[in-house]
Amino acid sequence: MSPILFWAFSALMLAFGVSVILNRDPVASALSLVASFLCLAALFVGLDAFFIGVIQVLVYAGAVMVLFLFIIMLLDLKAEKRRSFNKFALLGGAAVTALFVAGLLKVISAFPAGAKPFPALGVASVDDVRQVGLAIFTRFNLPFQTVGVLVLVASIGVIVLSRRQLK
Amino acid sequence: MAYTVRRPNLTFWEKLYLPNIVAGLAITFNHLKKMLKGETKVVMQYPEEKWDAQLPEYYRGAPTLVTDEHGRERCVSCQLCEFICPPRAIKITPGSLPTDSKFAKVEKAPQAFDIDMSRCIYCGLCEEVCPEQAIYLRKDYAVTGESRADMVHHKAKLYELGGSMPGLVHKWNPDK
Amino acid sequence: MDFLNDIPWMLIAASIAKTLFLIFGVVLPIVSYTVYAERRVSALIQDRLGPNRTGFPISLFGFEKDLQLFLGGLGQPIADAVKFLLKEEFTPAHVNKFYFWLAPVLAMVPALSTLAVLPFGNYLFGQKMVVADVNVGILYVFAIASIGVYGIVLAGWSSNSKYPFLGSIRASSQMISYELSLGLSAVPVLLIIGNLNLSQAIQYQIENGWLLLPFTDGNLTLRELLLWIPVLISFIIFTISMFAETNRLPFDLPESETELVAGYHTEYSAMKFALFFLGEYAAMIAGSSVIVVLFLGGWHIPFLPINTLESSTTPAGIALGFLHITAFFAKVVGILLFFIWVRWTLPRFRFDQLMKLGWLYLFEIALVNIFITAAILALVK
Ligand code: SF4
Ligand code: SF4
Repeated sequence: MSPILFWAFSALMLAFGVSVILNRDPVASALSLVASFLCLAALFVGLDAFFIGVIQVLVYAGAVMVLFLFIIMLLDLKAEKRRSFNKFALLGGAAVTALFVAGLLKVISAFPAGAKPFPALGVASVDDVRQVGLAIFTRFNLPFQTVGVLVLVASIGVIVLSRRQLK
Repeated sequence: MAYTVRRPNLTFWEKLYLPNIVAGLAITFNHLKKMLKGETKVVMQYPEEKWDAQLPEYYRGAPTLVTDEHGRERCVSCQLCEFICPPRAIKITPGSLPTDSKFAKVEKAPQAFDIDMSRCIYCGLCEEVCPEQAIYLRKDYAVTGESRADMVHHKAKLYELGGSMPGLVHKWNPDK
Repeated sequence: MDFLNDIPWMLIAASIAKTLFLIFGVVLPIVSYTVYAERRVSALIQDRLGPNRTGFPISLFGFEKDLQLFLGGLGQPIADAVKFLLKEEFTPAHVNKFYFWLAPVLAMVPALSTLAVLPFGNYLFGQKMVVADVNVGILYVFAIASIGVYGIVLAGWSSNSKYPFLGSIRASSQMISYELSLGLSAVPVLLIIGNLNLSQAIQYQIENGWLLLPFTDGNLTLRELLLWIPVLISFIIFTISMFAETNRLPFDLPESETELVAGYHTEYSAMKFALFFLGEYAAMIAGSSVIVVLFLGGWHIPFLPINTLESSTTPAGIALGFLHITAFFAKVVGILLFFIWVRWTLPRFRFDQLMKLGWLYLFEIALVNIFITAAILALVK
């Protein structure tokens, strides 16, 4: 991937990420998140991981965020726009961020391999879709099935809960 | 009282819905085919084909002024039509008849009579209200012009369009 | 400036050339003439004539009469475009301006970006006739199609008025529901082809016959005959879902004129409205192209030789290359006409019927269909 593209998309992604937090309007935040997802997908594509990139768009930008937006619009959160920044929350957030960055720096500095540049990847010779499929259905079959059951239970739970409310 | 319409019991074939869609498609396709082959003839190509001959007597086209069987103008400029016209399309300047006229002392006639056809809504109220049966909606429907001024029918034009209407009102007729 | 040398300029130039050809040379003209076809076909179906008089306005350049070609009315799209450009660009005071202006763009762009992965022809001038031959082609199409809903949702929301808002709410729930059956109904095809790349899908159909018409390779095996059943089912479901995804009647609930004025684009006028309008038709073209690629053999013409990379620069190869491109778009236009035909046949669904159809029937049938296909593929060799 050309370094220009990498920097451009990373910068865009971070900018949109910041705008998710700074925007007072929930719809604007949600849309910034979508844009950020799209830039992330572009980064994946730059790494020749087309499958992950496209799934990123399909699942997050295309389905999850549409539902989010749907709910936000239905709720019509006017109060959210008027709310000002809470000092304590800001302080707390800053503290957590500082802690996280400190931890990250500590780990990286203690990890010698992290200081060396990664050797350049060869051109992908295998189909990444096939690779993902094989990994899921052979090595990670049990976790995959378990997650499937978990999601099924969750969706049945939702149906049961919403049914009861109807009465 | 509300009453319930029973839904028809559909057979499996009907519930499948797709066969009925195909049937519907066949119907529309038949219409398309007949149109393409020129078998259906519904539409009239307006400027080339016209329907003027079939226009009924009561057709409400452009309002016009008419003369009676002696060629005299019927309008006495009473301005009732000007008053009733909903969009105020009519503008009348009353005037008198020429002094040498036999009826100069008896009646009046409009000096100017303008109908703004860009305003007229062809309601026919002017025809309805006129006590002299001087204004009629005739069969002209293609009223065109390139400016607003073009769309105003002046008195001369109104008489030209109206022509004469041998009439029911006989008070001008000395024999009656 | 080391990295400048790394950039494959030739590739970029070829891609740009192909994109420009595809968008301005083919798709936008097809879009504008689809609108014209829509009006003419709907008129003919209803025993009317439709726009049949607008000629090419050469009288503007001093000629006596406008140029009337055989049917007349062929200048209508030009007149429409001029009208859209010259009309007043009105932005109501109560809208959310930024999103109001953003929405039409978001409606148009995804529809056009879908075209990037569609192989619209074989080799020509030593180039493969596809802008980006990625290995997840079909997933890319679904992903971009799912982005397309943002234009509609934002349009409805930013208009700040009731009917557009209802339209956009409908659009988002409809899209999410039908994306499922759309994706699931494509799975049997992908199972048979064994690849997500759209060029490979066409390659498979060249070797084994079109999926919907398995005899186009000259022979018909038992396996193909058995597979034909699930393929037919998935074709029907795919097409129905495509109608819903592109908001075409009988599923045009987001804009249903009879209930919601004009749905999500009620507040739009002039070119902003035109972008929605064109975006809808561009999405239709993209959808039909996917149907053509997956089920109808893409650009392939049965029993005709096929260009290789080398032969595509010879005169015969060039002719053949153009023939294949024409074949592809001829098939697309065929599907578009079918879209139009259906639109003027069926009445609109009610919203609960739409949801019921999507979730209770199409979704389940598509799921079962996957198992049937897998069973046939595993059992019949
Ligand atoms: S046309 Fe009839 S109503 Fe009108 S001014 Fe003349 S006489 Fe009166
Ligand atoms: S037809 Fe109606 S609108 Fe026209 S001039 Fe007469 S009264 Fe006025």
